[in-house]
Amino acid sequence: MKTIRLSIIGFGAVGQGVARVLRIKRDYLVRSGIDILVVAVTDSRGACIDQNGLDLKVVLQRKKESGTVATSNTSSLDVIKNTDHDLVIEATPTDIETGEPGSTHIFESFQHGRHVVTSNKGPLALQYKRLYNEAKKNGVMFRFEATVGGAMPILNLAQDILAGNRIISIEGILNGTCNYILSRMAEESLSYKHVLGEAQELGIAETDPTYDVEGIDTACKLVILANAIFGMDVAYNDVEVTGITNITSEALFLANVEKKVIRLIGEVEDGNKKIIRVAPRLVPKQHPLAVGGTLNVALLKTDIAGPICINGRGAGSIETASAILSDIIAICRKNT
Amino acid sequence: MIISMDLELKDIPGQLVHALIPLSDLGANIMSVIHHHDQPTPSGSIPVQVVIQLTNGRLDDIITDLEKNDIRVVRVGKKRLYEEVTVILIGHIVHNDMSDTIDQIDNTGFAEVVSISISMPGINEPSSASLVINAENKNKLIEAMNILKKVAKKKELLVIEPIEN
Repeated sequence: MKTIRLSIIGFGAVGQGVARVLRIKRDYLVRSGIDILVVAVTDSRGACIDQNGLDLKVVLQRKKESGTVATSNTSSLDVIKNTDHDLVIEATPTDIETGEPGSTHIFESFQHGRHVVTSNKGPLALQYKRLYNEAKKNGVMFRFEATVGGAMPILNLAQDILAGNRIISIEGILNGTCNYILSRMAEESLSYKHVLGEAQELGIAETDPTYDVEGIDTACKLVILANAIFGMDVAYNDVEVTGITNITSEALFLANVEKKVIRLIGEVEDGNKKIIRVAPRLVPKQHPLAVGGTLNVALLKTDIAGPICINGRGAGSIETASAILSDIIAICRKNT
Repeated sequence: MIISMDLELKDIPGQLVHALIPLSDLGANIMSVIHHHDQPTPSGSIPVQVVIQLTNGRLDDIITDLEKNDIRVVRVGKKRLYEEVTVILIGHIVHNDMSDTIDQIDNTGFAEVVSISISMPGINEPSSASLVINAENKNKLIEAMNILKKVAKKKELLVIEPIEN
């Protein structure tokens, strides 16, 4: 059994979820012939490093009690450059303007011969092709299932499981916050403002909800799908984006009369049409895309298998960690 | 143009072919044929319903040819606009010259706004409307939608389109 040494860069909700999942799944991983040693965990205030493997229970406890994992002020970048390990889990927050600090972390990891698994959409939405080429040049693997649809296995489904199929189009709901707002507005005949406030109180929407409700988050995910699955070379600015802030409860009522719901749908299609857009759309109530609550859903049209639809939890610490874990295991299997 | 026709054939073999050949010879696209062999009329003839799509105006020729073949044309119903879509608009719909918005579609000659439901919650608040647009065929419907989207953009209205299929 080969030991894979990894670092967790960024220890917010996602990083902590990964630590928890690695603890819960330790026996399962060993039984599967995978021995994972976490040698470094970092957050914005510093790092804790142990070449013999960190006790994740202790790290999680320290984060909870003191607000940081740091036992030294070593930076994330220092860890990536100077700590000997095989795989970097890049779990810093998304910045769609600059892609930082994720982009630098990922490029440096590649240049030091380390595989990367990330949940950070920024770098991928801004410069997918450069990242892809850099990973290839350095002979390392780069996986990012957690960036799209949370626990829903959309990238691996399209790339691995549906191997041999040409994916013609993907449309779906890729933002749970918007879906919650639109579902609640329709069910309770409430205004957008009211439901947004409620979502913020429940922790479903951020204090500054712009990124979700203006469709930016969905657009970033579409860019990742377009590049990774359809081989396009597009960035965030290529997406036509309309959010949900102007949706009225009257519009939802009128849709209901027609036995339809309104959902924020992301759509990407290759070929002659070359569509990549995010917009609120009318969806028949019986349609597989008409899911409610915070669920995510994706409908893939393929040339051989026909339509394939998946849905699942699009966000959450443990759910996102599930996608990261599947990427870690995929890399371990290829490298042991 | 979509045309539905009720025909009556004699109850002898080969009559259905006599009815369909004039249709295809004159360029009609046959969309559906229902042969009511089990429901003869009191006079003993067999009712047949056909639906055809006709791009050139040769309906009179078709009827003449059918009658020449001894086929009775009982009823002809035309439906010019065949494709339908429902969209929702949000914004200051009425105050941005709603009749102009409708006219832009109606003036095409190939598409029409056939129904509109509007909800106006307050004077300074945006209205919401659901619009049903009919058009001659799928391509014309897309063309009509593009016109609507252009108008809506100019008037700062949000158009919510249905997903495909």
